[in-house]
Amino acid sequence: MDLEIDTREHGAWWVVSVQGELDIASAPRLREAVIDVVSNGHTEVIIDLDGVDFIDSTGLGVLVGALKRTRGHGGDLRIVCANRRVLDVFDLTGLDQVFVLAESLERAVG
Amino acid sequence: MLREVVLEIPARLDYLAVVRLVVATAATLDPPLADNRLEDLRLAVSEACSNAVKAHASEASPEPVIIRCEVGPGAFVVEIVDHGPGFDPDELSALPEVTDPERLHHEGGLGIPLIKVLTDAASFRQHPKGMAVRMSFDRPSTSAG
Repeated sequence: MDLEIDTREHGAWWVVSVQGELDIASAPRLREAVIDVVSNGHTEVIIDLDGVDFIDSTGLGVLVGALKRTRGHGGDLRIVCANRRVLDVFDLTGLDQVFVLAESLERAVG
Repeated sequence: MLREVVLEIPARLDYLAVVRLVVATAATLDPPLADNRLEDLRLAVSEACSNAVKAHASEASPEPVIIRCEVGPGAFVVEIVDHGPGFDPDELSALPEVTDPERLHHEGGLGIPLIKVLTDAASFRQHPKGMAVRMSFDRPSTSAG
C-alpha cells in the first residue's frame, strides 16, 4: 500500500504524480513533495491523482494546504483525477468547488 | 444469526490499510454490501480509526484499538473502540463555506462529517475508558437472514 510520488516538469507546470493510497499515513509525504517543489520556485503545480485509488480526509487536507501554499506564492494548483470514487470524495466534502479538477493532464494545462 | 469479526491493532497509522482490507472483506460475506457501499465503508472506517489512533497518541495509551464488525441480517455494523480522551462530535467547530477564502486555512475537520454522510447511521458515545464510534451500513435483505 506504499505511496509513490514522482515530480516532473511539464511546460510551464510542475507535475506531482501520486500513486497508491493517499491516507493519513502516507499523505505527509505528498505535503513534503509539494513543499519541495514550491520551495524550488515552481508555483504552478499540478497534482496528478490518476494513480490514487483511495483518499481520506487527511489526503484532502494536504491538497487544501498545497492550494494555499501555491497561491500564497502567486501561483496556482490544479488536480488531475478521473477516478470516480476519488472524485466522489471531493463532491461529498464540497471541495470540488475549491479545486480546479481535470480528467487528464492535457485538460489541466489547457 | 449475528456473526462477528473482531480486529485488534496497535495504535499506529500504518495499520489502517490492514483495517480497511479486513473490514471490507468481512462486508463481502453474504449478503455482501454493494461495491459503492464498500467504498463508503472503507473510507468511514479509515476516518474513525485515524481518529482513534490519534486519540491514543494524545494519551500515550499502549492499549490496542478494537474494530468490531457485526455481520447482521439487516446491516453491517462496525464499532471502533479507543482508549483516548473522547470528544463530543456536536461540539466540533464548523468549517468555513467552501466559497470562503478562509476555507484554505483549514486542512482538518472533514473526518467526522464524512463519517456521518457515508454511513446509514453513526453514533459517537463515551465509554469509561474512551470513545466508541458505531457505524451502520444497510445490507440487501434476503429471506435466509
